[in-house]
Amino acid sequence: MSADPTTQLDAPLSETTRTVTVVSWKTAGVLLAVTLLYALLLVAVPHAGDTRFLLSQRADFFQIPVIVLPATAFAWACGAVMLAVTAASFVLTARGRRTSLWLVVLFSLAGLLGFLAWAGAGSPRDLSIVGLLGGAVLWSVPFVYGALGGVIGERAGVVNIAIEAQLLGAAFTAAIVSSITNSAVAGLVAAVAAGALVALVLGVFAITYHVNQVIVGVVLNVLVVGLTSFLYSQVLVPSAETLNSTTRFQSIPIPVLSDIPVLGPVLFDQPLLIYLMFIAVPTVWYTLNRTRWGLRLRAVGEHPKAADTVGIDVVRTRYNAVLVAGAVAGLGGAFYTTVQLSQFGENMTGGAGYIALAAVIFGKWDPVRAAFAGLLFGFASNLQNVLSVVGSPVPSQFMLMIPYVVTLLAVAGLVGRSRPPAASGEPYIKG
Amino acid sequence: MSAPESSPGSNPEQEPGLDPGTAEELEQERARELGSPAGEDMPDTESRLAKALQQTMTSPWTVSVGAVLLAVLAGSVMIAFTDEEVKAASGYFFARPGDTFVALGQAIGGAYSALFRGSVVNVQAPDFVTAIRPLTETLSYATPLIAAGLGVALAFRAGLFNIGGQGQMLVAAAAAGWVGFGVSGVPFPLHLLLAVVAGIAAGAVWAGIAGVLKARTGAHEVIVTIMLNYVAYYLISYFLATPGLLQAPGSSNPKTPPTAESAQLPNLLGDRFNLTWGFVLAVLAVVGVWWLLNRSSTGFAFRAVGENPRAARVAGIDTGRATVNVMLVAGGLVGLAGASQVLGAVTTGFSSDIDAGIGFDAITVALLGGSNPWGVLAAGILFGAFKAGGTTMQAAEGVPSDIVLVVQSLIVLFIAAPPLVRAIFRLPDPNRRRAPKKPKAARNQKEAAA
Repeated sequence: MSADPTTQLDAPLSETTRTVTVVSWKTAGVLLAVTLLYALLLVAVPHAGDTRFLLSQRADFFQIPVIVLPATAFAWACGAVMLAVTAASFVLTARGRRTSLWLVVLFSLAGLLGFLAWAGAGSPRDLSIVGLLGGAVLWSVPFVYGALGGVIGERAGVVNIAIEAQLLGAAFTAAIVSSITNSAVAGLVAAVAAGALVALVLGVFAITYHVNQVIVGVVLNVLVVGLTSFLYSQVLVPSAETLNSTTRFQSIPIPVLSDIPVLGPVLFDQPLLIYLMFIAVPTVWYTLNRTRWGLRLRAVGEHPKAADTVGIDVVRTRYNAVLVAGAVAGLGGAFYTTVQLSQFGENMTGGAGYIALAAVIFGKWDPVRAAFAGLLFGFASNLQNVLSVVGSPVPSQFMLMIPYVVTLLAVAGLVGRSRPPAASGEPYIKG
Repeated sequence: MSAPESSPGSNPEQEPGLDPGTAEELEQERARELGSPAGEDMPDTESRLAKALQQTMTSPWTVSVGAVLLAVLAGSVMIAFTDEEVKAASGYFFARPGDTFVALGQAIGGAYSALFRGSVVNVQAPDFVTAIRPLTETLSYATPLIAAGLGVALAFRAGLFNIGGQGQMLVAAAAAGWVGFGVSGVPFPLHLLLAVVAGIAAGAVWAGIAGVLKARTGAHEVIVTIMLNYVAYYLISYFLATPGLLQAPGSSNPKTPPTAESAQLPNLLGDRFNLTWGFVLAVLAVVGVWWLLNRSSTGFAFRAVGENPRAARVAGIDTGRATVNVMLVAGGLVGLAGASQVLGAVTTGFSSDIDAGIGFDAITVALLGGSNPWGVLAAGILFGAFKAGGTTMQAAEGVPSDIVLVVQSLIVLFIAAPPLVRAIFRLPDPNRRRAPKKPKAARNQKEAAA
């Protein structure tokens, strides 16, 4: 901003380069800050002993012996890697180049492993990598489906803040239907319908009546909490046996693939809903970016007037998109009552929809990135479970806080200014 | 800052009356679409009665009443369908249909009269003081809702979605609470003042983080405030579980010691009512925010950034600074809500649920209030009434207070969509006649439905 455009034009190369690189010092700065924090942690709370990384489960086809590492040395080695990446980032930035994603991934991996080694040091229990990653995939289900729903809606120009309502409504409906029919699949179908129903209400108010989409979304969240809590205490509690004890999805190990060490049990020994998720993410990406339907959807979200001019029915396209978004988010809601627990509880989604919303923005409105963001939050939710088994050296509250702090740093340092679809949140009024 | 003066075309300093008017209209055109009496363009030949009727029918108040009616009706249906006695009576409906209707009337009438008893006037009370006690309870519940609602509304006006009310309330409650019981030897008014200021400052700092990150790095405030909610929650949980920080000495529960007498907000109407001076602070905050938004150049910058950040930047407004300032003030207001909780409502010591969902309720309050300070005051009192009445309803009639959430959200939803309400009640559309004469109406969103 402060740079005078005229000097940029007149000045030789060196001046221009310097102006350009100002933007990316941020990444290097954040990496340095994280490295320093990490080092501070190791120095301030020394935690000696060995860490036992468990890579396979007892029933696995291939058995990998437990890896025992001297925690302190390993943690410092990871710290050295982090420092090296930070230095590389500074060098790259100074040369006017951007820090590549791979360096950031390497940095995060080193930081995570070092942190885990430090956290598990001296514990007699094994730190199960499979449990850590498998749980992350499992816990990420509502976030990923919710984020996909959010992405579809927003790319069509309808802000979907009602993800929370769709998740909760779907969880409630899935609980009742699955309990009555004794079929998890029926529950899943009902969840999809419930998600789409909430989306339909969102559509009627936001698309047909041009009500501010943020208002509708927030209000729907409250409405569904009230509705499900009311019905829960008036209908589900009195007849919990028949209406609120669901049939859950069981894990289905995929032959051969589930025998792959580490990755097998993490990815290929999961319930149906998770396999659906593996299919849903690329499908949504493909549909949005490679099909006519997706192109129209994005056109409606970026410039509805232009889309209308070339003959695209804006209202109909938006309705379709919102309904599909609700249905996808509904799949995520089914997780709560057909995978995680076998009964519905009041407000059991507990703000997951808002986290999914954060994942949408974190993923810059791209389905694949949003899914990975959802996975990150899933990992965060699961981290506490694993660490509480090993017994963590710092208060559990700080452990639980770390993922959110990391997200803050990542959003501030790595993602930066994110640009929503141009017409997101704008009702389209023809004429 | 020379920003407002340099904006081309209109000078807000010279036309103080006009500018807020237009801005408000943009913000809450759905809430109060009536800029001028609807009948002004009516031909003189029509009788006065018809004119009056037309005016009433097209008034936004009619839509609001309709919205409330619809929401109450929906609530009645829910009560009717889940009431045990109605269910029993409807079992022999064709034998004795009267029983079903009596049961219906008792269930629905009982619930709503309990709601009224709990929130406005207790008609069954033996004396005057007990009779008006519910009204003061309503205002007590409304206090944090108004303050936090203002914080969310102010951010809305600057185009920011402050979803972090929970986190801001928690840190504010922790700061105010810590001063409230941790500092001793300070006399009454000063101690209270310190505690309130600590709460406001803590809320401001917490929201300010989001503002700075947004201004400096472009990090989206929705993500940042949500993440800060979690960080605040775990931070406060840690403080509450750590002796010497917030945990009461000699206790292993994650709960603080009670707030010192000298830091408590005194009761406003004597000891027989729970209403504290916190309500007065909230009303003062309403006036303050109104002044800030409509009469100060800072507020003008806030609104300009909210309406069109690019134009604001071109006009010379430092949008980054405006973003940070908005979040600071918004956080301070939510912080006031947090402080009023621990210094007024819950003085016996608090735990990590001290925010009581107010941070999220505040969003609905701000929306219902059309992001306008006076609207927020009214909406806050309405929601306070629902909270107070819902408790009584649950205790007296066994109807879960969750139904209040349903009625509340339906009211907001219907008020936001006047064409829907008009279509249901077959009310005439006020814009139909005015449209050709008033070009401004073309911008009005209900136009499309006509």
